[in-house]
Amino acid sequence: MYDGGKVVLGLALFAALCTSPMWVSAARGGGGAEAPELELPPPASGKCVRDGAWMRNSHMELLNSWRDEVVREGIRRERLADGREIERSLTQTCLGCHTDKTQFCDRCHDYVGVKPFCFDCHVDKAGG
Amino acid sequence: MASGRREFLKTAAGAAALGLGAGAGSFLGAQALARSSAGQPAAGGGKRYALAVDTKKCAEREGCRACIDACHVTHNVPRIENREEEVKWVWKEEVQWVFQDRVHEYSGEELRRRPVLLLCNHCDNPPCVRVCPTQATFKSADGPVMMDPHRCIGCRYCVVGCPYGARSFNWKDPKPYIEHVDPAYPPRARGVVEKCTMCSERLARGLEPACVEACTRSGAGALLFGDMNEPESEIRKRVESSLALRRKEHLGTRPQVYYTL
Repeated sequence: MYDGGKVVLGLALFAALCTSPMWVSAARGGGGAEAPELELPPPASGKCVRDGAWMRNSHMELLNSWRDEVVREGIRRERLADGREIERSLTQTCLGCHTDKTQFCDRCHDYVGVKPFCFDCHVDKAGG
Repeated sequence: MASGRREFLKTAAGAAALGLGAGAGSFLGAQALARSSAGQPAAGGGKRYALAVDTKKCAEREGCRACIDACHVTHNVPRIENREEEVKWVWKEEVQWVFQDRVHEYSGEELRRRPVLLLCNHCDNPPCVRVCPTQATFKSADGPVMMDPHRCIGCRYCVVGCPYGARSFNWKDPKPYIEHVDPAYPPRARGVVEKCTMCSERLARGLEPACVEACTRSGAGALLFGDMNEPESEIRKRVESSLALRRKEHLGTRPQVYYTL
């Protein structure tokens, strides 16, 4: 191999540069960024429309299906598995319990760097 | 030999032309069929909501804005003074401009200048629905022409397609122009088109449209809302028994807003 030393050194430098965020983070003694902590509504406000773990993974699919069925088919209400009947509404139902989206929605969305545009139009009760 | 080749080419060209013609014919036929079925009134005995405006009763209350204000407050419609960027769901215009082909040299000043309430006509054959590339605007089963802002890409074909100027585009974020945002009805964002939806959200709760309710409450009683598919309904009887005009009848859009002058 011609100029083997230089090539290997270059590769090592390149690898070090690419992985530098991990080294810097490790040097600072952190185990990476901390998972966001959500402010849950008080237990008195009742159960969520779906199981918590399911919501964590799939709330966006639920909201998308609500959006399509409410706007396009006019199916505005839903009977839950436990017999409760709810209105399919982001502002009225979701934010009825999760009153402050900055303490709930935004915390995870900021953490994972997603920017859903729900709140370009829909408003929380506080008017934000 | 030469004539054999010539015959062959002639036959081949003829067959190709025939095939092409047949193909194009069936393609166009399918499109025409798709077009004519789009926008037909809902079959199966569904509802056909409509609105009737009594312009005489409306004009008795000069400067009344009860219906306009009720609509615009209920639906968070921004108030933008610049007419190039204004957003409106319900508004008024004089008879001489709305029914240009109905007034003539003997039409009196009162009639010419009488205000007419204008809004989306919720056509049975809506051009806006036909031109929308994303089906963001669509015809609901019980009549109202609906907007799905989630799907709107802001191309404004519908604005051009609507012969009644009933559609407004949000040139900028409307929220700063809304006096008090009612969280119950989402305001729109920059870059989408909006218009009257016949208060579908209120109809779902068994209420009349906000403009009709406000007009009745104000005592004017110039607006009448009802189901045209219901033979005994008040609106159906009024439209049957009086000459109720629809805007630009000749376009074949079959509007569902009726005017008595």
